[in-house]
Amino acid sequence: MNEVWLAVAVVGAATVATKAVGPVVLGGRGLPRRLAGVLALLAPAVLAALVVTQTLGGGERALLVDERLAGVAAAAVALWLRAPLLLVVAVAAAVTAALRAL
Amino acid sequence: MRAVAAAPGTGARAGARAAVPLALAVVGFGVSFGVLARAAGMGAVAPVVMSATAFAGSAQFAVASVFAASGGAAAAIAAAVLLNARYGPMSIAVAEGFRGPVWRRLLASQLIVDESWALAARGGGRFDVPYLLGAGLVLYPAWVLSTAVGAVAGDVVGDPERLGLDAAFPALFLALLASQLRQRRAVPAALLGGAIALVLLPVAPAGVPIVVASAACLVGWRR
Repeated sequence: MNEVWLAVAVVGAATVATKAVGPVVLGGRGLPRRLAGVLALLAPAVLAALVVTQTLGGGERALLVDERLAGVAAAAVALWLRAPLLLVVAVAAAVTAALRAL
Repeated sequence: MRAVAAAPGTGARAGARAAVPLALAVVGFGVSFGVLARAAGMGAVAPVVMSATAFAGSAQFAVASVFAASGGAAAAIAAAVLLNARYGPMSIAVAEGFRGPVWRRLLASQLIVDESWALAARGGGRFDVPYLLGAGLVLYPAWVLSTAVGAVAGDVVGDPERLGLDAAFPALFLALLASQLRQRRAVPAALLGGAIALVLLPVAPAGVPIVVASAACLVGWRR
């Protein structure tokens, strides 16, 4: 139990500090132009990585192709057809759940 | 894609409204985190405290999985810190929009989470911070309360994987990415970031692929 609370305390403190870095240290001030140009591309880079890891991640150091890939592919088609966000997400979940139920 | 980009309006209220559909998915995962963390021997209180202080789903699942596999605190902390390292550059990216005294910025910054951050991205490195905070104020209680429900009530709710909720998150991120890609400069960064994550996924510890992939933003260095 002590191990659990140690992890909870350290992870909590580390997360609070990490999230506060920008707003507390830099809040209200702008960034040098070059740095801003780099940070502008952080969102697409991280989002693409999140798509990959959450679609194909399979636990520790593993790539796993399963029903999620079909679900996300279906969501991509829905996006292509300009479906609204909620529908895109629902399509992904529904296709994945349906394939798992087979 | 227009429907995605046209997350209607600006400001806190619009952000809160945009976050409501996501909150439903968040609740599913919060309940499952509570259930899994309890099954991993973390008790009923610690998972809820963790959701309140380390508001970041994937890192928390990593901690639960380490304890479930009889790992120690050190391994759990390492996995979680790596997974959450992305919040450093992400919080720097949104820093300009935070106002007020230090304690207020500290509290408000805790509402930065993948979903609220991505929803508030307006392209060109600009962020609608009130929108982010509005979304975070919906997602935060949804996450903490659903963790409590999961930790206390156990398995009354269906398995989120059986409901396909684990595919809902990448679909969400894909939709948000699509709206970013209308900016042409973003395409190489996204391709590189995705490729880095794909290559590292089978060989690097959890969390590392995303941290390293974030370096793909350096393609924007030359002005």
